[in-house]
Amino acid sequence: MLHLISAADLSHSDAVLILDTAEELAQVGDRSVKKLPTLRGRTVVNLFFEDSTRTRISFEAAAKRLSADVLNFAVKGSSVSKGESLKDTALTLEAMGADGVVIRHNASGAPYRLAEWVRGSVINAGDGTHEHPTQALLDAFTMRRRLGRLADLRVTIVGDVLHSRVARSNVALLHTLGAQVTLVAPPTLLPVAVETWPCEVAYDLDSALPKSDVVMMLRVQRERMQAAYFPSAREYSRRYGLDAERMARLPDDAIVMHPGPMNRGMEIAAEVADSPRSTIVEQVANGVSVRMAVLYLLLGGSEPALGGGER
Amino acid sequence: MTHTVTTETGAAAGGGRPRRLHIAGAALPGPGGALRTANIAVEDGRIAEVSDAGPAAGAVRVDGSGLIALPGLVDLHTHLREPGREDAETVASGTRAAARGGFTAVHAMANTDPVADTAGVVEQVWRLGQEAGHCDVWPVGAVTQGIAGSRLAELGAMADSKARVRVFSDDGHCVSDALLMRRALEYVKAFDGVIAQHAQEPRLTEGAQMNEGAVSARLGLAGWPAVAEEAIIARDCLLAAHVGSRLHVCHVSTAGSVEILRWAKSRGTQVTAEVTPHHLLLTDDLVQHYDPAYKVNPPLRTAEDVHALRAGLADGTIDCVATDHAPHPVEAKESEWSYAAMGMVGLETALSVVHLTMVETGLLDWAGVAERMSAAPARIGRLATQGRPLEPGEPANLTLYDPAPRGRVDPRSFASKSRNTPYLGIELPGRVVATLLRGRPTVLDGKLV
Ligand SMILES: [Zn+2]
Repeated sequence: MLHLISAADLSHSDAVLILDTAEELAQVGDRSVKKLPTLRGRTVVNLFFEDSTRTRISFEAAAKRLSADVLNFAVKGSSVSKGESLKDTALTLEAMGADGVVIRHNASGAPYRLAEWVRGSVINAGDGTHEHPTQALLDAFTMRRRLGRLADLRVTIVGDVLHSRVARSNVALLHTLGAQVTLVAPPTLLPVAVETWPCEVAYDLDSALPKSDVVMMLRVQRERMQAAYFPSAREYSRRYGLDAERMARLPDDAIVMHPGPMNRGMEIAAEVADSPRSTIVEQVANGVSVRMAVLYLLLGGSEPALGGGER
Repeated sequence: MTHTVTTETGAAAGGGRPRRLHIAGAALPGPGGALRTANIAVEDGRIAEVSDAGPAAGAVRVDGSGLIALPGLVDLHTHLREPGREDAETVASGTRAAARGGFTAVHAMANTDPVADTAGVVEQVWRLGQEAGHCDVWPVGAVTQGIAGSRLAELGAMADSKARVRVFSDDGHCVSDALLMRRALEYVKAFDGVIAQHAQEPRLTEGAQMNEGAVSARLGLAGWPAVAEEAIIARDCLLAAHVGSRLHVCHVSTAGSVEILRWAKSRGTQVTAEVTPHHLLLTDDLVQHYDPAYKVNPPLRTAEDVHALRAGLADGTIDCVATDHAPHPVEAKESEWSYAAMGMVGLETALSVVHLTMVETGLLDWAGVAERMSAAPARIGRLATQGRPLEPGEPANLTLYDPAPRGRVDPRSFASKSRNTPYLGIELPGRVVATLLRGRPTVLDGKLV
């Protein structure tokens, strides 16, 4: 595999290999010397057309722990449509000899365009409303760590599926890994033809919760109500928000996930986000391990990542 | 096979263009799919004779063997981009592309800069067409001032101008205001005009990037639902029936639209419709890697829609093929999908795509192609001297098409200034060998004259 653009491109064995590799690399983070020499001499560019400090820092930490040289390249969204084109930026990165480009972009499909213009590996760090495959990988990694398995796990994803790259990547990856996904949202926030996706669809959160091992709350932007996706933030929260009372409907060992950033009080209540069921903090730590695994496997470091080197 | 052109005597070489031309042994489409082989004598811009007779003295002889003779093609929907975007196309380059594609007349869409919404601008475009001389250019006038959708443009002044405008369109934008649309339909009755509607309900298509369906859902691109086209077509058919006016529907793209048109026609509504070559061939799954070559408005739809459009064109529910030739400079397509311009060039591939999708599938014979690509669009545009049968006394506007060769589309060979074709590297049948505009070759041996 050269690029990671869509979670749908990962086979079952690809996905398991990434998760297993991440598991071993996670041990590096637990050591006093948090570095492996694996990607020494390689250059990873973080190409961010959209502000996301959290995701950029996560990739940056992952690359640095593998000893790669990291270049951060931020392009302001507004200057893109007029002026510097993605192609010109790509040619610049080519000239700098980027071995891997991590791209975050507000336009769906931008990583596919980039992959036509650079020779290095393209890693999708979120493109528009399309996909965010490393988020799905870290979510799967978190579920497997907490619950011990992915096969037949019942995962309920709640919220703005229509505009969510996290939901698209999760549905594809979790299906590949054998989990059973149910999407819960008001019908306005589900894409037309969602029935063609490999998952169940429901409109009622309360009846879905008792049948969930995992409930993943998606961020819902308040501005969506201006386009009539729902009548008010209050009504959304009442019907689709996860509060303590609703959380009590979950089976005892079920977990609550959120890809962040959260709208506390909108899709998730503060007491839920901070409860022991919540994996939100671990998700951040797991993100680094999973991104290390992806960089390691795609950029094919000359040093063995595991079992050698500084150990 | 090569097609040679020889001058029987040296008469033409001395000065001016030859007044006589003799097409030997071309196949003329007739009823029931029949092809009649005959010689066509052209004299003083008209067809003098269609017979077995040999060439007259002093005639330029064109070898028509193996070639199908069609009346010169007429395009109801061409973006020539001049004035304003001469970097993408000019009247001269666009009409050269038209001639290469077998066209003898094009309707130049009004969304130029400045917009063709006054007698002055439409006369300018008309004059540029006359000067270029590769094919007739009939400007389309804007329905509303500046294509802004709020106030009627001076439709009568454009109709009375030298450009003699009969087709009015805000193409690129929908005349979405129902009252304005009703008034426009009524008003143009005074000079036998027609409103050509770009049917796109604007609120349902805010930010739309591609056909709304399974593919857009997966790709995370905002959807352009079929209903946004169908709702406007249904409304406009009802309005046209109510006020007894002529309505033309641009680039019909959905199966539902075909059904609505069929229903409206069955009630006697004066509605005509066009389909583009690309909507007869391409589907939305081509968008899967976000290549903006496939970005067009209305968007590529599903295989079911393609099937219904072909059936609609075959049975006459859709009256004609129109290219929606929409040239764009390279940088307008070399970007992220969402930022890329919408549109495809089409003049130089139109006949081949219709050959592939309609003739090779048995849905249309060559007489049907002549009707859908020449006679019908000429009638809709009220062009008296175009789209005429290939008979003695008629203007010698004709196209000689070789159906035999197949070749991969090479945009570098285009006469158009732009290269934004969705057919790059695709194998298409056929080749335009010659185009005659009032007896004067604009294309011979496949090359511009
Ligand atoms: Zn249009």
